[in-house]
Amino acid sequence: MSWINKILPSISTSSIGGKSKSSVPEGLWKKCPRCDQTLYRGDLERNLDVCPKCDHHLRITARRRIELFLDKEPQEELFVDIEPVDILKFKDLKKYKDRLNAAQKSTGEKDALIVFRGAVEGTELVTVAFEFGFIGGSMGAVVGEKFTQAVNVCIENRLPLVCFSTSGGARMQEALVSLMQMAKTAAALERLREQRLPFISVLVDPVYGGVSASLAMLGDINIAEPNALVGFTGPDVIRQTVRVKLPEGFQRSEFLLEHGAIDMIVHRKKLRNRIVALVRKLLHERYTAAEPDTVAGTEPGSPDSGEEAAGSGVNAESGTAIEETAPEAVTDTGADETAEELSGKEKTSSEVNPGADSEDLDGEDDDPARQ
Amino acid sequence: MDPNYLEFEQPIAELEVKINELRLVGSDNELNISEEIQKLQEKNTKLTEKIYSGLSPWQIAQVARHPLRPYTLDYIQHIFTDFDELHGDRLYADDLALIGGVARLDDKPVMVIGHQKGRGTKEKVRHNFGMPRPEGYRKARRLVQLAERFRLPVLTFIDTPGAYPGMDSEERGINEAIAENMALMSRIKTPLIATVTGEANSGGAIAIGVSDYLNMLQYSTYTVITPEGCATILWKSAEYAAQAAEAMGVTSKRLQELGIVDETIPEPLGGAHRDVATAAENIKATLIKQIDRLEQLELDELVTRRYQRLMSYGIHS
Repeated sequence: MSWINKILPSISTSSIGGKSKSSVPEGLWKKCPRCDQTLYRGDLERNLDVCPKCDHHLRITARRRIELFLDKEPQEELFVDIEPVDILKFKDLKKYKDRLNAAQKSTGEKDALIVFRGAVEGTELVTVAFEFGFIGGSMGAVVGEKFTQAVNVCIENRLPLVCFSTSGGARMQEALVSLMQMAKTAAALERLREQRLPFISVLVDPVYGGVSASLAMLGDINIAEPNALVGFTGPDVIRQTVRVKLPEGFQRSEFLLEHGAIDMIVHRKKLRNRIVALVRKLLHERYTAAEPDTVAGTEPGSPDSGEEAAGSGVNAESGTAIEETAPEAVTDTGADETAEELSGKEKTSSEVNPGADSEDLDGEDDDPARQ
Repeated sequence: MDPNYLEFEQPIAELEVKINELRLVGSDNELNISEEIQKLQEKNTKLTEKIYSGLSPWQIAQVARHPLRPYTLDYIQHIFTDFDELHGDRLYADDLALIGGVARLDDKPVMVIGHQKGRGTKEKVRHNFGMPRPEGYRKARRLVQLAERFRLPVLTFIDTPGAYPGMDSEERGINEAIAENMALMSRIKTPLIATVTGEANSGGAIAIGVSDYLNMLQYSTYTVITPEGCATILWKSAEYAAQAAEAMGVTSKRLQELGIVDETIPEPLGGAHRDVATAAENIKATLIKQIDRLEQLELDELVTRRYQRLMSYGIHS
């Protein structure tokens, strides 16, 4: 059926992807899911979880995302008490309640979205991040409510909002309530627009279904990380429906840029810089070029976004040290858990979009958007 | 098996066949069998009542997709007068899976927008089985804006398997088209009433579903994913569609309990297709009543009320 992949499930019980997990000793080493290079965790972390060899942007937890994005001070997590309720007493092969418990245990999160108030290079903002490890980052009532509350905080305090979405879509186990979150978050963002406060939507591999068809596509500025898969319907379902071979790079960031869905592709190393540069322009605030404590190699506001983006998959400065944004503050336990979660997540992805991972972008193709 | 009857309706179909045979015999000779026919008809009514009073969510989902189910254009014909269909999104194409135009509800000018599935192979293809591409939603957006400009209430009719899951849909940003529609409709300063007439699935449905009142026909369904889709993912097989329909609570009864649906519009015995005029009459009465109520509100009040409705969706601790 056509809409199956619009709402990506949480199921991560299949054995797909197990191979890469078992071949790498846990903890210290991690294998890049794209180039298969075995990487030292410390190197990987210093490189913001981007493969130093092939520049693949690995999936990271919501907390790691926030840690990479926000200044260390100030930081305040908001709406930590909002928890999911299984109102429908939903049960498929498993009870939703059990799925929730398992997801809470494995991720340490109460649901699939976390909200922080903080600053980037001193610019105050509110940021939210999806946790893909929590039932596929799916949006149910809690995600919708926390997102909406985050918007409200922005309005009350005149702050911009930055969202990192990575999600399979609406959460089936909350049925129509989850579908309604699409309308709810869209309505909240419309209020933010009326207040002339910027909403920067960052699309992080993968974003599908109800999340892509609501808040994630409503950015004043839409940004994608390189090579992220973003679409409404998953590639498998499209293949089944139209029965043609999908083109190389279909639904990847480069494809989105070419088709006008996003403003730019930004390398993880440059996200902080670029977002602050954008936000300050929209808010008529001054921005002095790259402050000493910012990520290396960025020309804030440089006009070559598409170019930089497109090339990043191929010739990014993969070796560049970026001390400030890859703080040693990562706790050991956090790192270990991350390793496990990551392999789990890559697994979920390949299950959800089988074959998709092999369709890597050839960033150097003829590209009208870059001429 | 009679294809115009669903599987669980087959006993009704058999009885209908009998009645028709008797009628033929009756017209041939002077035997008084009218009494017999009447008896059978009463029996048929009772049988239909019995079957329809105990429909499971999955059976209701099948009625919602009944091959004879009335579509938006059927309802437009019965409910409105002076309908002028408006075409195109002004950007790329005209999408016939989502149709719309200006019409009169009694005397009142209104904007009507709805999915159109099409009957018969040729028409189905033309209307893409009621699965809109981005152009459809962008046409709807244009019509909603037009309605606001000219102070026309917007009445939407939802009946779609979902937005079209094709490559072209993705290339032209189906996700953006859906998202922007919801954003716009959340603040548009004119009354919005959405009525689910058949199957309302996923983002393709809610893209024209943000409203001040949400109605469902008695045998329609509204869900985040088709029961088959849900079953395929969660039960690993589409054969569990009935369980999925049950678990998701796809019917108006359940959704009214959850506070999402405002009103269930009754259908004639055996479903809307048995008596389109009556079904349309029921919809019309509901729409008139609701427009009256909404027009008593100031426009700002109307939008505030709609926003509060949207914010109330969601149950969490």
